[in-house]
Amino acid sequence: MLYREAGQFKSSYADDQRIFPLRQDRHAFWALLAAAYVGVPLLANDYWLQAILTPVLIFSLAALGLNILTGYAGQLSLGSAAFMAVGAFAAYNFMLRLPWMPFPLAFVLGGVTAALAGLLFGLPSFRIKGYYLAVATLAAQFFIIWVLTKFPWFSNYSSSGVITAQVLSLAGYKFLTPVSKYLLVLICVSLFALAAKNMTRCAIGRAWMAVRDMDVAASVVGIRLMPVKLLAFAVSSFYCGLAGVLYAYCYIGTVEPEAFSLDLSFRILFMVIVGGMGSILGSFLGAAFIVLLPIGLDHILSALPGAWLPAGFGSNLQLMLFGGLIIFFLIVEPQGLARLWQIAKEKLRLWPFPH
Amino acid sequence: MAARAIGPVMLELRNIALSFGGVQALRGISFDVRQHEIRAIIGPNGAGKSSLLNVINGVYVPQQGEIVFQGRVRRRMDRHEAARQGMARTFQNIALFKGMSVLDNIMTGRLLKMRCNFLQQALYWGAAQREEIAHRARAEEIIEFLEIEHLRKTPVGRLPYGLQKRVELGRALAAEPCLLLLDEPMAGMNVEEKQDMCRYILDVNQELGTTVVLIEHDMGVVMDLSDRVLVLDYGRKIGDGRPAEVRADPLVVAAYLGNPSMPEGHA
Repeated sequence: MLYREAGQFKSSYADDQRIFPLRQDRHAFWALLAAAYVGVPLLANDYWLQAILTPVLIFSLAALGLNILTGYAGQLSLGSAAFMAVGAFAAYNFMLRLPWMPFPLAFVLGGVTAALAGLLFGLPSFRIKGYYLAVATLAAQFFIIWVLTKFPWFSNYSSSGVITAQVLSLAGYKFLTPVSKYLLVLICVSLFALAAKNMTRCAIGRAWMAVRDMDVAASVVGIRLMPVKLLAFAVSSFYCGLAGVLYAYCYIGTVEPEAFSLDLSFRILFMVIVGGMGSILGSFLGAAFIVLLPIGLDHILSALPGAWLPAGFGSNLQLMLFGGLIIFFLIVEPQGLARLWQIAKEKLRLWPFPH
Repeated sequence: MAARAIGPVMLELRNIALSFGGVQALRGISFDVRQHEIRAIIGPNGAGKSSLLNVINGVYVPQQGEIVFQGRVRRRMDRHEAARQGMARTFQNIALFKGMSVLDNIMTGRLLKMRCNFLQQALYWGAAQREEIAHRARAEEIIEFLEIEHLRKTPVGRLPYGLQKRVELGRALAAEPCLLLLDEPMAGMNVEEKQDMCRYILDVNQELGTTVVLIEHDMGVVMDLSDRVLVLDYGRKIGDGRPAEVRADPLVVAAYLGNPSMPEGHA
């Protein structure tokens, strides 16, 4: 009964084009933001901040990046983790070699470097589509990781190829505590999620979706396919790159190129599929789901009186559930959790009446 | 019928030939379209009507011939160039963007007129927002004209066929074209839907002065709407003229009705 739009009249297109046209949604969103910015730092302990909330946010950003490319622009990519690696190693080298550089600039430049790499590996999309393009992005995945491993310059000649993220400091403040890192990640993610939402609801978003849905018709209405696809690659890789920077600097601390393996690319792809193709909200839901599922399963399994369970049962069960869920979502709800959320909201508008 | 005056030739095709492998889709077609007229293209299935439309706006590249549009002679048309020069079209098998709403589909028709870059759009502040709202207002005029206000937020994939055709017309109109190419805009429609569609086409033609080239099978519609009719059969031009002349032409009648006493050499 609370979720009603009755009495909310939109009297201008600006009103109608708001991100949350319904007042209830707006209030809920502001409450969520307040909880994330104020409630969580006050209440959450280090475990929650470090092991759960920060990675969920970072992977949301990566999933958002892939969603722009795959969900909106319809170009399947299996190289997201490699672009994360480019971001992380670029930011590391900028801060290492140009010590005067404030870290926000290094972060952005890390993203920009990833965007350039994305542009380069997006070039094949001019000629090939679908699975073939996916294989071409696979080349990005393997090539980039190989380059980062092969040339020790990128990891500053560290013997193990591992880089240790520098301490972030801005105007004398050092980001050392989990809370400060969480807030830094939260600021980045909220800003870029807003930017993604804005792009996808504007002309460029429509151009991406037009290319996704029918490229011949898109070219007939005057869309130049190549720049539009390349921009999707660049923006997507920027997001993945920034996610990689945050992954290195605010989550793991020490990373090696192998951490950004094909496995991670697939995990990000799963986030997009499970969360919802072509949905900003879906990127967050998918990331939360994929990051939290193993943790939740661990807790459940350890709570069971399971001394009789064979060793490794938990991790295998995880893999099985993962696979099962992906298949389930592909069959039952290809539009993912975001679509389920939307259906729930539509039902809620009518509740408790059946029609 | 129409109060508008037919102007000079705006589009001319000269000796266009197009083949796919061994199949000759168009064999030396020449015809012209005058400003503000409604030009129908008719012919049996496989006559090359859609191919001709595809040549006009650059979806297909002809092997031979010239296309003269707005005074410029071209060997081939480029799709983007065609769109920029004011051509808009609909497709025989609806080519809407299925995952997008009616409003977004119509807004894509205005993409060429939008100037803000993606960074401005990412900020959605100032110029980008004003631009979105200004173009939304124009898109809404089209939605109102086509009487689909109640559907603006519906994904087009969920709409019935007739309404999808209407949305596709809306997307073409959103570009404010000077030349509108319609490929069977009334195929598969019931009588009322056809009447609505005729009304929209006539309104656009008479009030905005938009030149229309349309392919249609319904002879009643063609005879009522069009100023001139081009008749194709097996990639050849077999008739061209005012509807009444074309209808009386024995060659055309033969092509359509399969008259056994048709003249030699046109099997």
